[in-house]
Amino acid sequence: MATTVLAPGATRIYQRSALYEWLTTTDHKKIGILYLTNSFLFFLLAGLLALVIRSELAVPGLQFVNSSTYNQLFTMHGTTMIFLVLMPFLAGLGNYAVPLQIGAADMAFPRINALSFWMLPLGGILMFSGFFFGGAAAEGWTSYSPLAQAKYSGSGTDLWIVALLLIGTSSILGSINFLATIFKLRAPGMTLLRMPIFVWTVMVTSLLILLATPVFTSGVFMLYIDRNFGGAFFDPASGGNPILWQNLFWFFGHPEVYILILPAMGVISEVVPVFSRKPIFGYKAFIFATLLIGGLGFSVWAHHMFTTGAVYLPFFSLMTSLIGVPTGIKFFNWIATMWRGKITFATPMLFALGFLTTFLVGGLDGAILASPPVDYALHDTYWIVAHIHFVFFGGTMFGVFAAAYYWFPKMFGARLDEGLGKVHFVLMLIGTWLTFFPMHLLGLEGMPRRIADYSPAAGWTDLNTIATIGSFVIAISVLPFMWNVFVTLRGPRDAGDDPWDAYTLEWATTSPPPPYNFDHLPPIRSERPLFDLKYGHGARRALPAASLATADEGAH
Amino acid sequence: MAAQVQALPAPAHGEQRGIDTALVGMLLFIASEIMFFAGLFGAYFNIRAEHTVWPPQGFELDLGLAAVLTVILVSSSFTMQYAVSRIRKGDRTGMVRAMTVTVILGVVFLLGQAYDYATLGFGISSGVYGTLFFTMTGFHGAHVLGGVIGMSIVLLRGLSGQFSARHHTAVEAVSLYWHFVDVVWIGLFSTLYLLR
Ligand code: HEM
Ligand SMILES: [Cu+2]
Repeated sequence: MATTVLAPGATRIYQRSALYEWLTTTDHKKIGILYLTNSFLFFLLAGLLALVIRSELAVPGLQFVNSSTYNQLFTMHGTTMIFLVLMPFLAGLGNYAVPLQIGAADMAFPRINALSFWMLPLGGILMFSGFFFGGAAAEGWTSYSPLAQAKYSGSGTDLWIVALLLIGTSSILGSINFLATIFKLRAPGMTLLRMPIFVWTVMVTSLLILLATPVFTSGVFMLYIDRNFGGAFFDPASGGNPILWQNLFWFFGHPEVYILILPAMGVISEVVPVFSRKPIFGYKAFIFATLLIGGLGFSVWAHHMFTTGAVYLPFFSLMTSLIGVPTGIKFFNWIATMWRGKITFATPMLFALGFLTTFLVGGLDGAILASPPVDYALHDTYWIVAHIHFVFFGGTMFGVFAAAYYWFPKMFGARLDEGLGKVHFVLMLIGTWLTFFPMHLLGLEGMPRRIADYSPAAGWTDLNTIATIGSFVIAISVLPFMWNVFVTLRGPRDAGDDPWDAYTLEWATTSPPPPYNFDHLPPIRSERPLFDLKYGHGARRALPAASLATADEGAH
Repeated sequence: MAAQVQALPAPAHGEQRGIDTALVGMLLFIASEIMFFAGLFGAYFNIRAEHTVWPPQGFELDLGLAAVLTVILVSSSFTMQYAVSRIRKGDRTGMVRAMTVTVILGVVFLLGQAYDYATLGFGISSGVYGTLFFTMTGFHGAHVLGGVIGMSIVLLRGLSGQFSARHHTAVEAVSLYWHFVDVVWIGLFSTLYLLR
C-alpha cells in the first residue's frame, strides 16, 4: 500500500485542545454532558444557599443573615434550582439520550443546540452578579408585584429579569430542537408508538415549554418595562393590575412543574422495566397519561391564586383534581411493571424506588390543595414548601440521579461504584424525609413560608431543627456521589456497550458512542429493539444471560 | 451480531421525507411566537376588562395612518408569496425582484410606525393605555425589523446566485415568518383601532 505523506502543517490544524473542543462542540452527547455538568455546579451553589437558609432557621433569632439577605437567599435558591438546575438537568439528559434512543445521528439543529446551552451559564452568572450590585433579586422565584417593582427592589431584579429572558429563550430553542429531532430524525422503523417512554416525555415537555415559556417571557418583559420605562402593567395606581402578573406567571408556572417532572417520570419508566426484567406495563396508557397531563396542565394554573379571590374556584378546583388522575395511572403502570418481575436493586433502581415513594407523597400533598378550603388554610405556609420539595427533590432530583447512574456507563464507558451509590442513595433518602417531612407539620401549625425568623413561643423550634439536620444529611450525601464520579473516571473504562442488559437503542452502540452515534442499527419492531435483537421479537421476558449466545434468531 | 445490518439513518442534512426539517423548526418557532403575543394580547384584554372607559380619556390614535400601514403590510405578504412562487419555478430573478419590493414595503411600514410614534400625543409611561399600546406595537415592530433583516439576507443570497427550484428552504422559511408578522399586525390593528 502506498503511504500518503501529509505536509507537516496539515495535521496541526486539526489538533485542537480538548478545552477548545468542549467549548465549540455541537455534538449532542458533549452538549448533553455540558448541560449536566453546568446543572450540577449550579446545584451545588443553590444547595449552599439552602444550607445558609436552613442554618438561619434552625433555632429562633437571626444568627447568620439579616432578613434582607435572607430574602435574596431564598429567591436565588428557588430560581436557580428551577431554572438552572432541574430544567437544564432534564434538558441535558434529553440531549444525551433522545438522539441515541431514536437512532439519530445528532439533534436536528446542532449549532442552535450549542447556543441553547451557552445561554445558561451566561444567564446564571448575570443573575448571581446581583449579589455584587446592591443585592440579588429578593421577591421569591414568583416575583410578584408590587414587591418586584422598582420602588421596592434594586438592580438585582433587573439582572434576574435579563437572566430569565436568556434562560427562557434557551429552553424555547431547546424545545424546538427536541421536537424537530423527534419529528424528523427517527430511524427507519422507529414509529411514534415505538419510541421509548423517555422520548415521549421529552416530547410532551418540549410542547409545554414551547407553548408556556413564551407567555412567561412576555410577562417578564412587562415587568422590565414597568421597572425601567415607566410602564404600568402591574401598577394599579396607573390603571394596571398586579394580578395580571400572577396570571401570566402561573399560566407558565403550572405547566412548568410538569416540564420539571415528566422527563423524570420518563427516566423512571426506562429504569423500572430494565431492572424488573419486564416490558413496561401499559405502554400506550402511559403515553396517553403523559399527553393528558400535558393538556390538563394548561387548565389549572389559577390553583396558585385561589386566595386572591380573583379566580373562578369551581373550574380550577375541578381541573386540579382531575390532573391527579393521569399521575395515578402512571403509578399503576410502574407498580404493575415491577409486579412479579425479577427485580435487581442496582443504584438506578434504588433511586427509581425512592422516586416512587417520595413523589407519591408530594403528589398527594398537592392533590389535597386542589380543594380551595384546604388551600385557604395552607396557602403560603410550610405545607407548600413540603409539597414542592417532595415533588422536586424527591421526584425530579431522584429521577436525575437514577438517570445519572443508569446512563453514566454509556456516557463514559465505566459504571459508577455500586457501594458508594448505595451510600449516596440511603443518605439522600433519609435526608430528604428528615428535611421536608417536618415541614408538613410546620405548615399545619401555620408557619408561613419565606420568613427569616420565628418566635420561640410559636413551638416550631424542634421541627425546624430536625429539618436543618436533614438538610446537612442531604449535603453530605452528595459527597459520595462526587467521589464516585471522580474515582470512576480515573478507573478503567470497561463497562461495555450494554452493562444493564437493557432494551433501547442507546445501548446498541459503543460506550461512549462514536460521533454520529451508530454504525449499524438493529431492526426496530417494537419499543424494545435491542431486547428483540437479543431475545427475539415477541419474547416477553428476558432470558437468563446464558441463552444470549443463541439469541441470534432475533434477526428474523 | 448478525442482525445489525440496517444502514445509518439519514443525517440532518440528508434526503428527507415530508416537510423540510428547517421549516419544521420555523413552524415551531412561530408557534412559540404566537404564544408570546398571546401573552401581550391577554394582558391587553385583562386590563381592558377592568376599565369602564376604554381607551381612557386623552388617548387618540391615528386611524388613517394605521390603515395605510395595514394596506402596506398586507400587500407585502402578497409580494412575498409571489417571490416564493417564482423561486419554486426556478425563476431567481423574479424572486429577487419580488423580495426587493417586500423589503421596501417592510421598511416603509417601519418608517410609518416611527412617524406615528413621534406624532402621537402620549408615551409608554403615560398610564396603562400608553404602556400597552407601545409595548404591543413595539414588539410587533421589532418583529417587522427582524423580518426585514431576514429578508435582506435571503435577498443577498439570491443576488449572489443561491437558491433554485429545489433548494430554497430559506425563502420558504422567511416567507412563513413574514406572513406570521403580518397576521399579528392584523390582530393588533383590529384590537387597538377597530375594537375600541
Ligand atoms: C397531583 C398533582 C398536583 C396537584 C393537584 C398540585 C396542586 C398544587 C397546588 C394547589 C398548589 C398551590 C398551593 C398554594 O400556593 O396554595 C401547588 C403548588 C406548587 N406545586 Fe403542585 N400539585 C401537583 C403536582 C405538582 C408537581 C408534579 C410539581 C412539580 C414537579 C408541583 C410543584 C409545585 C410547586 C413548585 C408549587 C409552589 C409554587 C410556589 O408558590 O412557589 N406540583 N401545587
Ligand atoms: Cu400548579
